[in-house]
Amino acid sequence: MKILVPVKRVIDYNVKVRVKADQSGVDLANVKMALNPFCEIAVEEAVRLKEAGNATEIVVVSIGTSTVQEQLRTALALGADRALHIETDQNLDSLQVAKLLAKVVADEQPGLVILGKQAIDSDNNQTGQMLAALTGMGQGTFASKVQLADGKVQVTREIDGGLQTVELPLPAVVSTDLRLNEPRYASLPNIMKAKKKPLDVKAADSFGVSLNSNVTLLKVVPPATRQGGIKVESVAELVDKLKHEAKVI
Amino acid sequence: MAILIIAEHNNQSLKSETLKVVQAATAIGGDITVLVAGFNSTAAATEAAAIAGVTKVLHADNAAYEHQLAENIAALVTELGKGYSHILAAATTTGKNFLPRVAAMLDVAQISDVIAIESADTFVRPIYAGNAIATVKSADAIKVLTVRPAAFGEAKTGNNAPVETLTAVHDAGISRFVTQELTKSERPELTAARVVISGGRGMQNGENFALLNGIADKLGAAIGASRAAVDAGFVPNDMQVGQTGKIVAPELYIAVGISGAIQHLAGMKDSKVIVAINKDAEAPIFQIADYGLVADLFTVLPELEQQL
Repeated sequence: MKILVPVKRVIDYNVKVRVKADQSGVDLANVKMALNPFCEIAVEEAVRLKEAGNATEIVVVSIGTSTVQEQLRTALALGADRALHIETDQNLDSLQVAKLLAKVVADEQPGLVILGKQAIDSDNNQTGQMLAALTGMGQGTFASKVQLADGKVQVTREIDGGLQTVELPLPAVVSTDLRLNEPRYASLPNIMKAKKKPLDVKAADSFGVSLNSNVTLLKVVPPATRQGGIKVESVAELVDKLKHEAKVI
Repeated sequence: MAILIIAEHNNQSLKSETLKVVQAATAIGGDITVLVAGFNSTAAATEAAAIAGVTKVLHADNAAYEHQLAENIAALVTELGKGYSHILAAATTTGKNFLPRVAAMLDVAQISDVIAIESADTFVRPIYAGNAIATVKSADAIKVLTVRPAAFGEAKTGNNAPVETLTAVHDAGISRFVTQELTKSERPELTAARVVISGGRGMQNGENFALLNGIADKLGAAIGASRAAVDAGFVPNDMQVGQTGKIVAPELYIAVGISGAIQHLAGMKDSKVIVAINKDAEAPIFQIADYGLVADLFTVLPELEQQL
């Protein structure tokens, strides 16, 4: 069985984001970029399924400028077998991404699609669900456990207040939550090997999908800054302030 | 303007998130229809009809909707949604699960996690875990939005809107519910709690997190942790507050032994009142805390528990 893992290049989660002065977006110049943490978990899960004999091939795909090849190489170093770069310099919304991925699904015919539940830049949490809708597949979102058996997948999902397990026929879409696994670090020999693994490039406009969104970004501003507070000297003073000044207890 | 809201409920009763989505919808303006899709869920539908500002309740009661399976709920909402200008659900794990599926089937975008409504087509939402705030305008014929409940107040009750029963059943026949385990905790959920107390690397080990229990009990608080504490193996990942964990905005957030890494601040800085307890006076957490106490947490915590 083939597993398709769509991944995204985002600002590293340890970097403090800065909004551009002209309010057009977040400053990405000279900022450390990385594989989106949830995507890393998705790659790891695919690799574990392959190691357990449940999958034969892992294909990673990413959409963007040529820079995304860096994250595709990272995924290859973690254990993916080959990569597809869908090239575009347009900023796409989740629906357009899902439409492109639906075409990839049609071409590749994977038995399972595993992807991150959300990217930590746009925070949309949509692509997996939209891809499932467009391909008619079932969806196991926010997965903390994935079990394959008899042409089906059981996905344990992190829901508000607990866990829910659903069963889906394959092919299916699974989106990863934090607890699913702890991604490994790529070893140096694997990083070297990843450089030789196949990486295809296709133009986004060759898929016959409209890349235009009806949503316009009007402005991006920094969040309201918090007023620095005061230091209290003792627990008694703290409790007093919380009771009588902040009135929260 | 005609707005469809998909209610959040557990079949027996409506969840407070629904009242907050109705409140958000009133800012858009127009007729508000609430869909209650569930099984043996008449009580929830009756509660929905009592929300002020609701014009009509649609009640779809069938086993196919019992567990809110995305494939079935999305098929129903897609069918109904074609007649509306806006479709709204709470940005909970339920709403986030089925609503993008609806948007894709309607061939429109979804605007996630809306925190403010500027007009019927212009919405405000956090990106980068709240480190930037985006204003977006949608030209789609149907605007599909998930609404962050913490950003809106609850609509009032005291209404008696008509309840219309839907008979058509949308069972996509794709997914099957297997089990559900809801955490039986005396404590509230992290994302819904009025008070959150979180421990960081300064807690030193997992056993010491027990020091937070007594305080949490007294305040009715949920217990969280920083990523550093999770990575160190002190506590499980589902307790993580931060950019890669849960985003919380309680009335009171108490950070204990947390230095205040960017990734943690992203998950809690919208809290109304922030208290920081840390022995390092230079810790960045103090820059955003309303009340800072520079002290050893192992002396402070028992004292705090006693004085509450």
